[in-house]
Amino acid sequence: MIKVDNISKSFGDKQVLFNVSLEIREGETTAVIGRSGSGKSVLMKHIIGLLIPDEGRVFVDGVNIDDISYAELRKVRQQFGVLFQGGALFDSMSAFENVAFPLRTFTSKSDSEIAYEVHQCLTMVELPDVGKKMPSELSGGMQKRVALARAIALRPRYILYDEPTSGLDPETSNTIDDLIKSLAEQLNVTSIVITHDMHSVLSIADRAAFIYNGRMHWVGTIDELHASTDKTLCDFVKANEYQIGPRS
Amino acid sequence: MPLVRTLLVEPAGSVGRYALLLWKAFATLGDMKSYRKNIFDQMVHVGLESMPIVALAAAFSGAVTTVQAAYQLVSPLIPTSIIGSIVVPSMILELGAVLTGFILAGRVGARIAAELGTMRVTEQIDALEAMGLNSVGYLIVPRVLAGVFMFPVLYVVASFVGITGGMAVGVFGGFVPLGEFVAGAREFFQPFDPVFGLIKSLVFGFTITSISCYKGYFTKGGAEGVGRATTEAAVMSCVYLLVADLFLAVTLL
Repeated sequence: MIKVDNISKSFGDKQVLFNVSLEIREGETTAVIGRSGSGKSVLMKHIIGLLIPDEGRVFVDGVNIDDISYAELRKVRQQFGVLFQGGALFDSMSAFENVAFPLRTFTSKSDSEIAYEVHQCLTMVELPDVGKKMPSELSGGMQKRVALARAIALRPRYILYDEPTSGLDPETSNTIDDLIKSLAEQLNVTSIVITHDMHSVLSIADRAAFIYNGRMHWVGTIDELHASTDKTLCDFVKANEYQIGPRS
Repeated sequence: MPLVRTLLVEPAGSVGRYALLLWKAFATLGDMKSYRKNIFDQMVHVGLESMPIVALAAAFSGAVTTVQAAYQLVSPLIPTSIIGSIVVPSMILELGAVLTGFILAGRVGARIAAELGTMRVTEQIDALEAMGLNSVGYLIVPRVLAGVFMFPVLYVVASFVGITGGMAVGVFGGFVPLGEFVAGAREFFQPFDPVFGLIKSLVFGFTITSISCYKGYFTKGGAEGVGRATTEAAVMSCVYLLVADLFLAVTLL
């Protein structure tokens, strides 16, 4: 389980997070929603220790990750798969090499075992034939899917998605949403999705956490989200052209 | 206060961040096994791929030094062997290392900063860290080691090609007979000269690659930030190369 306990973070004079707390439950998909610049991605970077909070603590499976050595933190990070906003594929490597990279680095598997694993991962993201292509030869949606294949290569316990559908057309966004859902089921992982796309949230998440101006404004299940009368939350959801109401 | 900040606080902060980065980088030397392939790749980029341009620049510098020495010094009162006495020590002591340094600052320094800067702004460095890899060790140590290993090789090539170029132009241009050139070179040759050149090349290799890694690794902003980091890496590498050159000359000669 991941527990974010009262964290605050400033960059220079600008405070981005104010006493944010959140509990990510095992096996669930939690969507962290909010406007651009509300602090969602900063929160995500705290969860994997890429940023250290000015105040507060982050616990992963009961371990305060700000209180452990860098070597221990790297071990904790190996339980995570992260899909970055732009995919963050290594542009000097082919799609195959990108997915193989964590396997080569952290396992002692043979080349043939790695090739098999990479093929499995690329098949899971429905791109079994792009292994030889370089990232620059792939569309934005394909890059994200290859990045997702890389993120699941080590079979992580947690997958973090940073704006997985941003910049993609609706059809490709639906494909990514379907992938997130099916990976959560197939791999039985705990997923955290940072997004402002309510369509995604309603289709993939079990719970949602709404950050507003750097503060955790609302946390609840999707059913509670539908039933919520909180004006700030309703305004955000309505701005996404979705009315809160019972799911069909 | 802004002046104090610009003149003291920010430079001190930069030196601190640079030292900390190198400390973190070399604390990972134990993991070198996993970076071995990366080191060889970088040695190819830094060393082998730079060789043609380094050799070309050295050949022309040696040739021009010969022509200028002949133009300024050779008279009925001065023996032509003076050309060898000027070309050889200047290539070994100064031009071989400094010329190679300037070329590497532009070619390798800019490349390293642009590469790491792009990785930073496209979150590739965050991706490495998020996987549980030590990005500092993985990205910086191979580049710095490649610079330290390959710069002396390039220095030797530059000195050899530069002297050969100078000698060829001297002989075939009719400025100095081969025997005179060699005699002049031998007359003022000090065994410590090539050792000094090699020490310089080690220091320059470290300076250029470490500064460029620092600039690239801490790039901020998008394409503009990468452009700024690249320019700063090339310029700062040249500046500190000159500072190191003077420091080594004063302390070792």
